Amino acid sequence: MSDLTALTLKSALDGLEKKQFSSLELTNAFLANIEAANPRLNAYVVVTAEKARAMAKASDKRRKKNPGPLEGAPLGIKDLFCTEGVRTTACSNILGEFTPTYESSVTANLWRDGAVMLGKLNMDEFAMGSSNETSRFGPVINPWRRGNEDTNLTPGGSSGGSATATAADLCLGATATDTGGSIRQPAAFTGTVGVKPTYGRCSRWGIVAFASSLDQAGPIAKTVEDAAILLRSMAGHDPKDSTSLPVETPDFQQACGRSIRGLTIGVPEEYRMDGMPKEIEDLWAQGIEWAKAAGAKIKAISLKHTKYALPCYYIVAPAEASSNLARYDGMRYGARVQGKDLADSYEKTRAAGFGAEVQRRILIGTYVLSAGYYDAYYLRAQKVRARIAEDFRAAFEEVDAILTPATPSAAFALGEKSGDPVSMYLNDIFTVTANLAGLPGLALPAALDKKGLPLGLQVIGKALDEETVFAVAAALEKAADFKARPTNWWS
Amino acid sequence: MSIDEKTVRKAARLARLALPEARVAPMVGELNAILAWIEQLNEVDVEGVAPMTSAVEGASLPMRDDKVTDGNDPARVLANAPKTEDGFFVVPKVVE
Repeated sequence: MSDLTALTLKSALDGLEKKQFSSLELTNAFLANIEAANPRLNAYVVVTAEKARAMAKASDKRRKKNPGPLEGAPLGIKDLFCTEGVRTTACSNILGEFTPTYESSVTANLWRDGAVMLGKLNMDEFAMGSSNETSRFGPVINPWRRGNEDTNLTPGGSSGGSATATAADLCLGATATDTGGSIRQPAAFTGTVGVKPTYGRCSRWGIVAFASSLDQAGPIAKTVEDAAILLRSMAGHDPKDSTSLPVETPDFQQACGRSIRGLTIGVPEEYRMDGMPKEIEDLWAQGIEWAKAAGAKIKAISLKHTKYALPCYYIVAPAEASSNLARYDGMRYGARVQGKDLADSYEKTRAAGFGAEVQRRILIGTYVLSAGYYDAYYLRAQKVRARIAEDFRAAFEEVDAILTPATPSAAFALGEKSGDPVSMYLNDIFTVTANLAGLPGLALPAALDKKGLPLGLQVIGKALDEETVFAVAAALEKAADFKARPTNWWS
Repeated sequence: MSIDEKTVRKAARLARLALPEARVAPMVGELNAILAWIEQLNEVDVEGVAPMTSAVEGASLPMRDDKVTDGNDPARVLANAPKTEDGFFVVPKVVE
């Protein structure tokens, strides 16, 4: 039974149902993997072994009566989700040893459906980063390497722990969050599937806030179908989040089996960036061929404000972050540094608690919201955001889904981009538009580059039409037949 | 628009973020590099465009019933406080 951890979520759920193994056996197999791998991969920042075993035992008992859709499935949870009684820090020093006395709605939904928590996953501090290097616990390492080189590569960010844990069989799947690409970019870098659903599909309640008009939770999983199963449990209306949409959650898993014959898939010209590596261009062309072969029609579309999406994001997101992060004052929770008076305590607490990238974004956000600059920056960015959303609205009158590359490159080495914020930000060039427009986007592995690293494609859909996204992604997944796995050097 | 040390100090003060003197000049450089890149937004024609303030089209904020649904649980509220006394948060002196 040593290969239990290599199962997909779907096959693990089937095996549990057929009583081929218990949730406790499965959970113990993952805990053993984590113990062996974590010193090198640094994916987990808290391992909840005892809690996991207790949840697994309870699940094994429940199986006899009324098993849930995720009954007995061990999952990893990004450290941005508040988990009752389990330290949650958003991988920031400012949260100290914060231990929530409540559970986020998304994770509560998973436990309601029978899932087991293995622990909390590493991430960029407050989800601000594309390489996991801003975490207070140090970077996560990508299980994938360039050929025989032993250079440590980034798993991407901010959900790097979720991506590495899923790719290295340290969980069946993981929760993640995506504000500008933080689910899809790490999924692309690790050969996993990541979904950012429509804004409002998943409740944000109990998730540490970064940029509230952009943040969405979603899964990272081994297959498109696994992601569909996880998203169905995570999603759902929640009265505790006023932006959570009061809509039914469709059966995403069923949508994975839909034919895409007759669908029209848009290919945006503006995503053909100057200097785009040929491998990415080839991958995209291949994806287009796969969609055609599955019976879809391809249509060139124009999303003409694409190049403004990232600069727009880097006003909107820091502005919202500077406001959201104002709550960290060291008074009610988190680490406090005592100063000579109240203001001094605030300033010292925040200077000591926030890392360099977070401080940079707070300062940008504060500046673009400050008197005299608000109109020139923030208001203009909101107008450009409206233009970007309008581009998509027009495109979706002609097409059912949009196909693009997921990232402009394969995973890069740690330290390679950390000295230049703008070059780091450019990682999200293909993903950030979906956040600004509130649309669902999915990244799936499609090929390996020359050095043997995974590359991903992205499918973007209409608001609340994740079903078409899953159908297209499942068809591409089938055509790509991506079976490559990283060689285990880490345990 | 580029910013100077005075502006960075002001933003840091507004954000309640102690910025050591040695960090001020490097921060000016870092922020200006980002702002210079953001400048390209000025190329976009936004004449007559309404600012997008919500990711959900036509969404209105729902009102819930004005009922108490949670609370009366000081132990949970205080559980993570750096300093407490007799069921209260202890904070630095605010009024002299």
